[in-house]
Amino acid sequence: MLEIKGLKVKLEDEDKQILKGVDLKVEAGKVHAIMGPNGSGKSTLSYVLSGRDGYEVTEGEASLGGEDLLELEAEERAALGLFLAFQYPVEIPGVGNMTFLRTAVNAQRKARGEEELSAADFLKEIRAKAKTLKIDADMLKRPVNVGFSGGEKKRNEILQMAMLEPKMCILDETDSGLDVDAMKLVSEGVNALRDEGRGFLVITHYQRLLDHIKPDVVHIMADGRIVKTGGPELALEVENNGYADILAEIA
Amino acid sequence: MGFLEQKQEATAALLDGVSVPAGAGWITAIRDAAMARVVDNGLPHRRDEYWKYTRPDTLTAQEVTPAAPFDHGEAPMFDEIDRLKVVFVDGIFDAGLSDDLEGEGFTIECLSDIVSKDIHWAKDLYGQLEANGQTPVQRPLAALNTALAEDGIVIRVTGQVNRPVSFIYKHEDENSDAILHHVIKLEEGASVTVLENGPAAARFNKVMEVDVADKAEFHHVRAQGRDHERRAATHIFGRIGAESVFKSFTLTVNGVLTRNECVLELLGDDAVVHVAGACVGDGDFHHDDTVFITHDAVNCESRQVFKKVLRNGATGVFQGKILVKPDAQKTDGYQMSQSLLLDDDSQFLAKPELEIYADDVACSHGSTSGATDEEGMFYLRARGVPKDIATDLMTLAFLAEAVEEVENEALAECILTRLEGWLERRRG
Repeated sequence: MLEIKGLKVKLEDEDKQILKGVDLKVEAGKVHAIMGPNGSGKSTLSYVLSGRDGYEVTEGEASLGGEDLLELEAEERAALGLFLAFQYPVEIPGVGNMTFLRTAVNAQRKARGEEELSAADFLKEIRAKAKTLKIDADMLKRPVNVGFSGGEKKRNEILQMAMLEPKMCILDETDSGLDVDAMKLVSEGVNALRDEGRGFLVITHYQRLLDHIKPDVVHIMADGRIVKTGGPELALEVENNGYADILAEIA
Repeated sequence: MGFLEQKQEATAALLDGVSVPAGAGWITAIRDAAMARVVDNGLPHRRDEYWKYTRPDTLTAQEVTPAAPFDHGEAPMFDEIDRLKVVFVDGIFDAGLSDDLEGEGFTIECLSDIVSKDIHWAKDLYGQLEANGQTPVQRPLAALNTALAEDGIVIRVTGQVNRPVSFIYKHEDENSDAILHHVIKLEEGASVTVLENGPAAARFNKVMEVDVADKAEFHHVRAQGRDHERRAATHIFGRIGAESVFKSFTLTVNGVLTRNECVLELLGDDAVVHVAGACVGDGDFHHDDTVFITHDAVNCESRQVFKKVLRNGATGVFQGKILVKPDAQKTDGYQMSQSLLLDDDSQFLAKPELEIYADDVACSHGSTSGATDEEGMFYLRARGVPKDIATDLMTLAFLAEAVEEVENEALAECILTRLEGWLERRRG
């Protein structure tokens, strides 16, 4: 599924190395979590994998299903099956949520050589999926993320993920700004998407999200590298003792 | 020879052999007075401050630059809207293509019909708002229009008009040079919506004078342009009474040269004026919005919201002014002009102005130009939306604030559909 080898990344405009050699392999059907203190490079990793401008890969590789991700534009990576649930979803006034999502779904289908979804089929599908995420019809008609609460924005991200059916989902601090109920709802949405053919990379600061989305593997990232890998118990260790012990251990 | 003398001389040469059309005494007097204003002030020149950013040459030249009618292959705008259709072909009213000019709460006549009448209510309005609108900035193309217009529509609104009155312009002759002058008078408590769309002529000079009495509402939505070589200078002059509403929105998509002037006076307390525009232009597109709003009453609100998307070397101009007179306390004036430049070759020239003589007012203006929002673009592309489609979606997002000024949802939908269709077609 997702394979990262020795990935080193610096900011394009300044001589600042953010990722200093990341190695990671996420298998299909598995949920990997990445935890780490602020500034360790977690979000950078998700942006670089998704194809955001402003970063320069100085060394290393990243592939999805054997395809070299780093050679592709952001939309090509999405069509290949990569999905990033944003920490701060952007508001796009003037563009209806439903229009945007249908454009995205059909653009991906077209890129993969599949038949585009008809308006009726799309409507049927989105209504059903929105219902499970408790997204009402009014929210679908509103401009993308405009006037949405933090919880609504995150539910909207998961709705997009459900509609686009990606192979590899990256959740960048999806828990930020969520209250307990919203966290549960979002997690249920994610868990409903777990299957044998799909991989997850869940970036988070806290254990509480991982109470709902049980990871198979937990990685600790610090200073641009994955410094420790373990099972779900690693997240509990962080929750109880913070990062200090782990960082001291590897120092 | 001074600049004014030079302009007067050049104007006299351009108008050599041109005379005001025949009509009854009242209109001849108005036309003569307008022609005298043109001769005295001269036609616009690049050295005039208000023409610094827009070359008036092709608008004032004796010869019309030919423009071939363009078949864009799409349904005319507002076709879904139940409306009274008033059709002009190359600037001439076409009764055969128009609906019967009848309806509840208003009377409609053609300018060409009323000019021969010895007396008509329009005598107190035709050319009067235009003449007032010459101060402090001269608008000689509007005066020329008052002097030479042979056709247009004269509407008197006495009640609530439910169906919009829709002016549909058609362009058939590639050398047509049309001058239209509309007069709209709303009596106390009356309301009407006026729509305008379609290509009018190779060169078009249009004036619309709107007198809004107390507690009346005037709504105006127009669509200009699209892929063509036409040139247009339009003027709206409005006088707004107490507790009245005046709202005008213009969508412009392409066109070689468009200059839209809007000159409004808030004369009654608690009046509201909104003027907005959204435009998208490519290549040799040049679009100029010049707005002048005068607050001369207490507790009035005015909003100017103009958004332009420019690419492939297109040029956008915004000149907007809010003048608050000494007695216009509690004025709430807002002016915003923004452009989205999709490449380094396009340019936006803005001249926002506030002139305030009252001390208890809230007036603000903002003018910006910038590139596409990178965050938004990445968000869309990360969902699989290709760059060109993402750019179009961001274009729509940028223009949304101006389109939101259109209250009527069905009309706003027409505008968005037209914009979406155009953007899609440009992608090929």
